[in-house]
Amino acid sequence: MSGESATRITPGNAYRPEDVAAQVAEGVEVSEDVAEYALRLGDDALILAQRLGWWISRAPELEEDVALANIALDLIGHARSFLTYAGAAWGKSEDDLAYWRGENEFRSSYLVEQPNGDFGKTIARQLVFSAFQHELYSRLVDSADATLAAIAAKALKEVDYHRDHATQWTLRLGDGTEESKRRMAAGLVSVWPYVDQLFQDDDLVGRLEGVAVRPSELRAPFDAYLAGVFAEAGLELPDIPPAMTDKSRHKHSEHLGYLLAEMQVLAREHPGATW
Amino acid sequence: MATGDQTAMAKPVETVETPAAEGHDKQAWPLWEVFVRSSRGLSHVHAGSLHAPDSEMAVRNARDLYTRRNEGVSLWVVPASAIVASDPDAKGEFFESPKGKDYRHATYYTKSEGVKHL
Repeated sequence: MSGESATRITPGNAYRPEDVAAQVAEGVEVSEDVAEYALRLGDDALILAQRLGWWISRAPELEEDVALANIALDLIGHARSFLTYAGAAWGKSEDDLAYWRGENEFRSSYLVEQPNGDFGKTIARQLVFSAFQHELYSRLVDSADATLAAIAAKALKEVDYHRDHATQWTLRLGDGTEESKRRMAAGLVSVWPYVDQLFQDDDLVGRLEGVAVRPSELRAPFDAYLAGVFAEAGLELPDIPPAMTDKSRHKHSEHLGYLLAEMQVLAREHPGATW
Repeated sequence: MATGDQTAMAKPVETVETPAAEGHDKQAWPLWEVFVRSSRGLSHVHAGSLHAPDSEMAVRNARDLYTRRNEGVSLWVVPASAIVASDPDAKGEFFESPKGKDYRHATYYTKSEGVKHL
């Protein structure tokens, strides 16, 4: 390695998607249930990353372009690990799952599928999702499934930052100008109907006791965190009933199809293409 | 960026200086200079600059822009306006004086006879 470069390549011992792939190649056993659970985790990260990527070149400032792109790339990393692991159950690669599944085969939540809206809405979605994901990964590190636990441990440090980023912006927009407060509040209102779905238990989670995290257990710490942020930002907790969603995540919002069309078109036009 | 260029355009003074940028619907974020310490024991080194609305966001933007390839273990951000720079037109009196004063370097001196262990 050259000592002259300002960039020091030190991958360290971070758990990477390639490490998951190596385990899969060695023939690690993944049950159908664990794979289904990993799909949920991976699809949420993948779809949100695809949404966030849109902001590149469109954020209020260049610095924010980079911040949102960084977050999106972190999420792509989580998605790659989870999808690689899930694919082991069906002999599929991360790319098979990302680019060749149809809309009804995805397991993403309504929240991450929601359109970006303005910057206030994107920050609202980021705040809700990263606060949820933070509570989720904090517990998944103790999963009886060593691979899920390792992916969560690597991802948690990144989500820590995502939550902080969204929190800082919520405070500034909420406690900023009249216009910024209005937009931040409107953003929270528009994503709030999709919060409940994140915390719904279902049969799959019940069967994976000790492996999966029970989403319902995350609601209280999530509420407490957001209450603190809203109090400091001078924002009110939205009082809006939940939308009709699907706790097993087979159904999706009307937005997912369009998102997938854009995300998958290149891979489907040129199957197996690499660069 | 460089105010020197603007004065060279011989514009009236009031168009060069726009102190608070008021009247613009979008107020520009202030400029911050970023210093990165690459590892323990080394000094912070100037890495570049960025825009941010306040100091807390500046240090976060610095993290995103200047440490994404594992460049550092510590960051400083300083408002660019807080930096007092030497005058680029005063290079002569500021920096040329030491030239020729070789006696300011240790290598100028020869080892005296009889000095051991040097």
